[in-house]
Amino acid sequence: MTRLIVNGAEYTAEPSGAESLLTTLRDRLGLPGSKNACEQGECGSCSVVLDGDLVCSCLVMTADADGSEITTVEGLAPAGGLHPVQEALLAEHAVQCGYCTPGFVVAAAHLFDTNPSPSPDDLKEALSGNICRCTGYGAILRALTALAGEAP
Amino acid sequence: MTTIAPVETTRRVAGGIGTSPRRPDGIPKVKGEFAFSGDLVEEAMLWGATVRSPHPHARISSIDIAPALAIAGVHAVLTADDVPGRKTCGQVVADQPVLAGDRTRFWGEPVAIVAAADLATARRAAAAVEVTYEVLEPLDDPEEAERRGEVFRSMHVINGDPDRRGAVAVEGYYETGTIDQAMLGTESGLAVPDGEGGVDLIIATQWVHEDHEQVYRSLGLAPGQVRIHLAGIGGAFGAREDLTLQIHLCMLALHTGRPVKMVFDRAESFAAHVHRHPARMWYRHEADPDGTLVRVEAKVIFDGGAYHTTSHAVIANGTYFAVGPYHCESVDIVGVATRTNNPPAGAMRGFGAVQVCFAYEAQMDRLAEALGMDPIELRLHNALAAGDRLPTTGQVIAGSFPVAEVIRSLAALPLPDDDPGDDPRHLPGGTGLASSRDRVRRGIGFAVGFKNLSFAESFDDYAEARVTLTPEGLRVETAAAEVGQGLVTVLQQIARTAVGIEHVEVEFVDTSRIGSAGSTSASRQTQMTGGAVLEAASRVREQVLLRRGGDDLSTDGVLRDGVVVATLAEVLADGPVSEQVRFRHPPTSVPSETGRGDLHAGFAVAAHRAVVDVDPELGLVRVVRMDTAQDVGKALNPASVIGQVEGGTLQGIGMAVMEELVIEGGVVRNASFTDYLLPTILDAPDLEAVLIEEPDHYGPFGAKGVGEPPTISSTAAVVAAVRAATGRPLTRAPIRPQDVAGV
Ligand code: FES
Ligand code: FES
Repeated sequence: MTRLIVNGAEYTAEPSGAESLLTTLRDRLGLPGSKNACEQGECGSCSVVLDGDLVCSCLVMTADADGSEITTVEGLAPAGGLHPVQEALLAEHAVQCGYCTPGFVVAAAHLFDTNPSPSPDDLKEALSGNICRCTGYGAILRALTALAGEAP
Repeated sequence: MTTIAPVETTRRVAGGIGTSPRRPDGIPKVKGEFAFSGDLVEEAMLWGATVRSPHPHARISSIDIAPALAIAGVHAVLTADDVPGRKTCGQVVADQPVLAGDRTRFWGEPVAIVAAADLATARRAAAAVEVTYEVLEPLDDPEEAERRGEVFRSMHVINGDPDRRGAVAVEGYYETGTIDQAMLGTESGLAVPDGEGGVDLIIATQWVHEDHEQVYRSLGLAPGQVRIHLAGIGGAFGAREDLTLQIHLCMLALHTGRPVKMVFDRAESFAAHVHRHPARMWYRHEADPDGTLVRVEAKVIFDGGAYHTTSHAVIANGTYFAVGPYHCESVDIVGVATRTNNPPAGAMRGFGAVQVCFAYEAQMDRLAEALGMDPIELRLHNALAAGDRLPTTGQVIAGSFPVAEVIRSLAALPLPDDDPGDDPRHLPGGTGLASSRDRVRRGIGFAVGFKNLSFAESFDDYAEARVTLTPEGLRVETAAAEVGQGLVTVLQQIARTAVGIEHVEVEFVDTSRIGSAGSTSASRQTQMTGGAVLEAASRVREQVLLRRGGDDLSTDGVLRDGVVVATLAEVLADGPVSEQVRFRHPPTSVPSETGRGDLHAGFAVAAHRAVVDVDPELGLVRVVRMDTAQDVGKALNPASVIGQVEGGTLQGIGMAVMEELVIEGGVVRNASFTDYLLPTILDAPDLEAVLIEEPDHYGPFGAKGVGEPPTISSTAAVVAAVRAATGRPLTRAPIRPQDVAGV
């Protein structure tokens, strides 16, 4: 039995063997927001925050996350609103198919938590683990650069 | 972003054409609430998995399903014998077995399918199916295939005086590798039996109606017993134009009587869908001393792999567009699509135009050098324009075709500073600290490409859409696939502008509720489904105005001389007004023996200028800047257009410097995101795009499709820039470090 605190709520799960946190979130806990595009830690679509660290949930064994606090894309927006990163991406048309978007949202929100005014180079470095096949990253970078510029 | 010569829009309404309203599916997508095909769940659902051939060519001596069936939780194991209807599928030629029978012809070909209580069990069961193969020699060389007559299509386009010769001639041989679409969402879907022998399939595809046609035939059902619904789609780029798991899912669901879900992992996705055709291209260009291109001879071989899919149309593009957007009075082009035991090749963004652009633009640079002419001047000197004849097909180019404007506006953009600086993040190799400033050499490359829009060569190409006005606003119904490109937004905008009412909902409906919208490919949906929506919406407006003798319509109701004479509720008291339209582009013809005819509905041109920094010793390349100009007709949603331009351009950059499926003896060696490299945000250069707006002859408000042009010349421009930096010939894309370093 594995105990997880996901987006502030407590869950228990019985993952099978080496089941990944991504599979547990998606298939057991009904949280499909984190996406699976490679299961090899290469694309960042499955990004979540685990006890304060940004991780690829496809590379974390659920059993190892026992007792951890996890934030997924579903846990970022305040009730009835949007996280500033979500708003920024929408305003700049940085979403096309949207499959990469949850991963970018989680990774960028995590970056802004630690560095509220990242430079474009900081942003690129922080997001270099997230693949987007649609946008060419231009709109994503413009969105987050604009958001960084708004920081007090 | 710069825009030139804006087209006047007919009406002003908030969120209409020419503006960039937010996409209606944006909020669910940023919140992780948007349901992609892989997110679907259904009560009592089973999971499917596929047994695939590990051999590119083999005879199947036997298949023993008993060990798989014996596993607890396994509900079905099906093989070729269980395909209820037509045993093969395919868009044009149904030559691909739904499940391999006595023979497998490519690595990863599906042999059997299973359904089980959960995914892990399904995969275990697939591994437990015992298939005995008698391994055969694979045919993996396209030139050998041509010699043996293993061809899907062979073309010979001849035009002009075959004896015309130029004073200056250049020759070259070029290759491009096999490229994967690598859409981020892998193939996935859900089939639900309807309890009456029929089935509903919810799937990520580019064309539900084409899928429907193939699926019901192989299921042996009547068309009405199968309904295909669009799920949320995680990108496509051509990979979803051919069937992968559609028939398999329905077979399992019908066999078990339970909903069945399948999701491919990345390795399986690489194996399951078609790729961009690898190409071998031999060219000879001849010009008069003033730079006038007078003769192009070329032979292009595209390897189509094991099955036909869309090879006939891809090689047609490669052949008809082999000269580029240039005049040439005498051409002789041979195009061959071969059949081998390599993975099937088919649709990918740019569809045959990309490979030849890489070759003809390298030839144009060689020719400029041989002539002692500026390469941009040479291109301008030979640029085609609207009203000219295409040198291959002889077709007079209808609509707009601003080749010279595209070239000039791109060339006029400022170039970046020459000095890369000391920051390792801005040097080739990045923070790996591999390179240093003193070793870096800069190069600039320029390339122009073009292709047709919509389907060609007499294909009956149409799109249906229905527009309904209710007191709440407009509803647009279509079966067109929203793959991420933003069709959903642009259809809203077209309907708003056409009717004058802001509230528009777009509903993607299943195959039983509306006719085909055609494929989301060939850059065609904005023009085709957009055209259908414009016409239907305009008719709705006319009818409503007629009811009350009005002269204008708004959310307030019907107006006459600026005064509301009836609210929407009043004028629609007898029920909503609805119009359904089947839109067609100008007809295209069947090619003659020598490839002549009005074969294409319209064209679009784009150009790229790449600036690269290269470490010639280590073979490292950094694309510093990539500017582009594109002929868009009319930018209906400028932000979406820029999104297509930036995304398409980066895919071309990937093909230039890092992406390639490595295939040895028919076996894919790098079917993973660890080994198939994709551009990240660190690889994306700064980019400026100039959108050239000259209205086209069909398509709403003069708009052209914009999805493919950005991918055509991007690869060619980057490689040209690396040639300029290194002086090496670099005749193959993608370029590899050893090619750059010359080792
Ligand atoms: S799915 Fe986890 S990194 Fe790609
Ligand atoms: S928006 Fe499609 S992968 Fe990023």
